[in-house]
Amino acid sequence: MQNNPFSIAWLDVTAAVKRHTLIALLGWQDIQQRYRRSALGPFWLTLSMSVMIGTIGLVFSQIFKTPTQDFLPFIAIGIILWTFISNVINEGCHSFIVAENIIKQLPIPLFVHILRMVWRNILTLAHNIVILPIVLIVVGKPVGLVALLSIPGFILATINLTWVALILATICARYRDMPQMIASVIQILFYLTPIIWMPQTMSAHVSSYLLDLNPVYHLIEIMRAPLLGSMPTATNWLVSIAMAVIGSVLALTFYGNYRRRIAYWL
Amino acid sequence: MARIEFNNVSVDFPIYNANSRSLKNHLIKVATGGQLNTDQQGRVLVRALEDLTFTMQDGDRVGLVGHNGAGKSTLLRLLSGVYFPSGGTVKIDGEVGSLIDISLGIDHEATGRENIYIRGSLLGLSKAVIKENIDEIIEFSELGGFADMPVRTYSSGMHLRLAFAVSTIVHPQILLMDEWLSVGDEGFKEKAKARMNDLVHKTNILVIATHSKEQLLQTCNRAIWLEHGKIRMIDDAANVAAAYFDKKV
Repeated sequence: MQNNPFSIAWLDVTAAVKRHTLIALLGWQDIQQRYRRSALGPFWLTLSMSVMIGTIGLVFSQIFKTPTQDFLPFIAIGIILWTFISNVINEGCHSFIVAENIIKQLPIPLFVHILRMVWRNILTLAHNIVILPIVLIVVGKPVGLVALLSIPGFILATINLTWVALILATICARYRDMPQMIASVIQILFYLTPIIWMPQTMSAHVSSYLLDLNPVYHLIEIMRAPLLGSMPTATNWLVSIAMAVIGSVLALTFYGNYRRRIAYWL
Repeated sequence: MARIEFNNVSVDFPIYNANSRSLKNHLIKVATGGQLNTDQQGRVLVRALEDLTFTMQDGDRVGLVGHNGAGKSTLLRLLSGVYFPSGGTVKIDGEVGSLIDISLGIDHEATGRENIYIRGSLLGLSKAVIKENIDEIIEFSELGGFADMPVRTYSSGMHLRLAFAVSTIVHPQILLMDEWLSVGDEGFKEKAKARMNDLVHKTNILVIATHSKEQLLQTCNRAIWLEHGKIRMIDDAANVAAAYFDKKV
């Protein structure tokens, strides 16, 4: 038996990846469970998201006096991505807690529960992203090939979110106040990150703090900028890649240290 | 080939009450140098298993006996790999399957067929294997037309039959059970019994926690008597049964 934390974590993660059919099934089941017996099913996600984007878009474009043609796509993609990011982090906190029954009964790699949650949110994102082409058509904004860059951006962002979720799930299994604390932090991050406000509207002095030092901004930019027809900056990419590498190593070491305690904490 | 080796295995449960579980108290404790904590250890440890040493090998049919709280379930969880020992070493060679809580993972809104996939995947079966066995499972559980109905419409008998039929298609080398599984009405009981016997016959090592003397004598050749988390006696099933059940009477 390997006892070094990193290899404990690594074995758990690779074993979890091998259970991908289980992950896919459980993730999809989570979505279905929420919308069974409803006529629209998961497209309720799409519908409620559209209403929200439409409302915020109209109100804030008036407040900021920005043309709807620029503002609506910006806010649509921003809110859709933010929903994905904040849900992964918030639900990440509960990943082990809600899987208590399974964890205490079956020797399934615990990382399965993280991947299940990530997969569920990717499915939700897939339902929401349908709104974007509609918005782009409505405002008549063309999309270039650069939009394809959002795919590696999305993968990179997802890796980052996954390691954050892994650490939070472990801590939250032990300290049950953490999910509430994280939820407040996420709430604050929503206002600090340019999602309903555009970065250009800030003075350069302030924005250098709010943008460059905000990890979420970089993660959003590598997905959002290509979809809005511009390249993310080199800083966006570098910060995201560095966070993914360093964060994953840290998360695996941390998780490996506590992997064997988690079942006892639940 | 399957083999289980326990060496001085202990399990301590940390009990976190609502207070010690919160980060606030932890931080206060750090900030005040632990003084606040004099009346409350913060972490209460309950020793669930203490110093277990034994070996099980091919052909062993081991019964676990002992009062409630003696540590039987904890031992089964150690064997299934859900818990890791806090002390000592556990070595398990062979694939472990468990027939404990066979309804785990069943989604009441999903259909019987969907649940077979969910439950089967939880048990580690591949999609192909489930697909191959699905007709047999539906047939065995006597669901008939209900296979494509949501499980919430099932009678409790149907529910159990379904759970039983899926859970028993695995053929692990090491089989864990908490009490002998018996489900359904008279007709089904016979079928279930035959299937269980077949399953037990094919497995290399069986570990079953039981409160029944007949069951112990019928199925097991060895037995472990746990008392307060320690091994009180480990011997042939007949000897342990005599000592344990007769003492109780």
